[in-house]
Amino acid sequence: MKAKFAEFIENAGWPRIIIGLFLLSLFIMTPFVGLRIDNSLTDVIVRFGMNSVLVLSMVPMVQAGTGLNFGLPLGVVAGLIGAVTSIEIGTKGFLGFLTAILIAIPFAAIFGYGYGKLLNKVKGGEMMIATYVGFSSVAFMSILWLILPYKSPDMIWAYGGSGLRTTISVENYWFNVLNDFLKIKIGSHFEIPTGMILFFALMCLIVWLFFRTKTGTAITAVGANQDFARAAGINVDKMRTISVVFSTILAAVGIVVYQQSFGFIQLYLGPFYMAFPTVAAILLGGASVHKATITNVLIGTFLFQGILTMTPSVINNIIQTDMSETIRIIVSNGMILYALTRTVKAKKVKS
Amino acid sequence: MENNVILKLENISKDFFGNTVLTDINLEIKKGEILGLVGENGAGKSTLMKILFGLPEITETGGYGGKIIFDGKEVNFSSPFEALESGIGMVHQEFSLIPGFTTTENIVLNRESLNKNFLVDIFSERMSTLDREKMKERSEKSIKRLGVELDENMIISEMPVGHKQFTEIAREIERSNTKLLVLDEPTAVLTESEAEILLKTIKKLSTEGISIIFITHRLSEIISVCDTVSVLRDGILVNTVKTEETSKKQITEWMIGRKIDSKSESTDKKEENNQEIIMKIENLWVDMPGEIVHNFSVDVYKGEILGIGGLAGQGKLGIPNGIMGLYKAGGNVTFKNINLDLNNPVASLKKGIAFVSEDRRGIGLLLDEPIDLNIAFTAMQINNDFIVKKFGINWADSKKIKKTAKDYIEKLEIKCISEKQTTRQLSGGNQQKVCLARAFAMKPEMLFVSEPTRGIDVGAKKLVLDTLRKYNREFGTTIVMISSEIEELRTISDRIAIVSEGKISGILPPESDPVEFGELMVGIKDEVKQ
Repeated sequence: MKAKFAEFIENAGWPRIIIGLFLLSLFIMTPFVGLRIDNSLTDVIVRFGMNSVLVLSMVPMVQAGTGLNFGLPLGVVAGLIGAVTSIEIGTKGFLGFLTAILIAIPFAAIFGYGYGKLLNKVKGGEMMIATYVGFSSVAFMSILWLILPYKSPDMIWAYGGSGLRTTISVENYWFNVLNDFLKIKIGSHFEIPTGMILFFALMCLIVWLFFRTKTGTAITAVGANQDFARAAGINVDKMRTISVVFSTILAAVGIVVYQQSFGFIQLYLGPFYMAFPTVAAILLGGASVHKATITNVLIGTFLFQGILTMTPSVINNIIQTDMSETIRIIVSNGMILYALTRTVKAKKVKS
Repeated sequence: MENNVILKLENISKDFFGNTVLTDINLEIKKGEILGLVGENGAGKSTLMKILFGLPEITETGGYGGKIIFDGKEVNFSSPFEALESGIGMVHQEFSLIPGFTTTENIVLNRESLNKNFLVDIFSERMSTLDREKMKERSEKSIKRLGVELDENMIISEMPVGHKQFTEIAREIERSNTKLLVLDEPTAVLTESEAEILLKTIKKLSTEGISIIFITHRLSEIISVCDTVSVLRDGILVNTVKTEETSKKQITEWMIGRKIDSKSESTDKKEENNQEIIMKIENLWVDMPGEIVHNFSVDVYKGEILGIGGLAGQGKLGIPNGIMGLYKAGGNVTFKNINLDLNNPVASLKKGIAFVSEDRRGIGLLLDEPIDLNIAFTAMQINNDFIVKKFGINWADSKKIKKTAKDYIEKLEIKCISEKQTTRQLSGGNQQKVCLARAFAMKPEMLFVSEPTRGIDVGAKKLVLDTLRKYNREFGTTIVMISSEIEELRTISDRIAIVSEGKISGILPPESDPVEFGELMVGIKDEVKQ
């Protein structure tokens, strides 16, 4: 029994157990601070769905050994281009959502290709470079948002007549198109956004299938042992580029899913810090810099978003101060720090 | 004269996790004696010296058996510092000098002469300043004792290799109490004239009463400088004799050993009439660090097992790594009369040449992936084997992969829980079998196997060799096997090529006298051959 318990801890890892217990205690406290538990659960599920595809976009790059995708904003920017273009065209409903994704994908592919080529030149320092790729892509696009010739009155600054606004509402276009698809409503306060969960499941299936193809297997080998892959005749750089393109496309799709639920497109500095919570989520799920699975995505996103959703409502009710931002920063940066130092240790043992 | 003996080893034995590397070593060194220690790679020389020096890797792996008596007392050093303290100096194969420091600073490092000042009284010794004059004096004296010319103000990183080696020896003898000096292949990096000076220095030191253990591969050095010579083979001390009573030839015989009876079983050899050349290697050079190949040429016949032997660092490992495109290579290699594209791993794999690397954990395996993927991987990527095509996409055929893996697990007796176990959890021998299975799964026409039995136990060794031979006989696969163990090559090969200094120094039939192999390996026969 004791051995089994120790094994469970070993497998799950202390951070997950601690955060899990913390989340559980938050749920238990909910009724005592005057909140509805079904309401809270709905919030957690919705936020889980919103962020899940973004977190999933980490998987291909980690599997190829390119490290955590700190350059996520690059993919997000591609997604934003898709989103604003679809609104400019004026397509509504599910078709509008689909248009946004279809426009975003080619942009993401082109960005990802260049990004992948760049990362191949900086082997060993990918994550550092990726962070700056993310930052600078956001800065560059801030200029473009102002000067691109978008005309839709729903998007441009009211006073100047040109340039996109910082926040654009999708309410009249494709707000909640996934969330409301086959929505399950139990009672007055509990909802499951079935469509969004199904869409996430579809994305997971695509990733899962991808790693069962010949190319996917080769990418896994590249990530696990580059020398092995090279000796087996694999074009290491090509495989890495493919994985980066795949990750960037998933990030672009992910942000559109996020927006349809959130209701707004956030331009300019919106995507700036998007990478950190996403990275933290997958690490919290048990992924390392070298290995990430879909299970890691599921667990990580649920725990991380659970904490983010529950702490403001519960803790704030107890101590009457807004602690949510503080806790979010401690958890996300703490998680990144923990995961990165842990891999250093593992490497030391090997040598 | 018992009190004249400075070091006595009694029944020293050592095993690494059940893998015996030293058995019952008894050795005695008198004051001022020079003992030559020789043996093939892996004979146990380095391990013996590590035990003597108290390196942590010995205590961490369970210590050793037997007694060491140094200077009349039984000792059991738990760290090199203790060994240094009691008067054993060691010069390693790799230089342990600080590159940015001068000769003097390196020689007196951590034993610097100090100047007192008032801060020392307040705080501690650590606040004292260096007495550079005195330090210079000491290092000059030490260098003089060696009988060499060294600039005591030169920075180590700017020195030629020979000078570095001398600096290191100077550091060891500067310690006033050094009674025994261990030199681990000090001449390997030196030019001939430098080596001569070093040998003179060694003699000079011994006349001053310092005992020396001299490890080298160059037998002529042993003959010229040592008083006695001890030969190790497979962890056993074969013989210790006075140098004047022996010869290079005899030492070589002891090193290689005579186990001719083990050859008898391979009488099932094929008729010799098949002389079709499958691979022609001409003037191959390979830039593999530590195993550089200079100008290697050989013809490989179809269906044979060609053994390639030689001492470590002579380039035998560079040959397969160069041909398989893993290290930069040049020259002419033709496979079945078609030129082979070097520096391109895919080219040789596509032609049906497979390689089992000596670096098993480094490039031979995906340690965190299951056995079945490890076995199928190369065949899947190169030959499009283990693939089903659905909707125009190449999917991995998990059923076939699983079945093939199970087949090989059974055939090669790979000990594992299931084909889904990760290879990291397997023992060295079983990991090697997985590597072989991966090569076999490609159904190669030609197979390079590099050090297939390194670091695995005797039982697994036999199985690996039997498997290779069986595969060769059954499928007619040409096998080129590279190994440092001549005995192993002799039991399995049809011909054995010996590599020395990056070139081929001779090809012998496996029945040849082991002494001949030894002579080719240490390069004695060079002048006769050419």
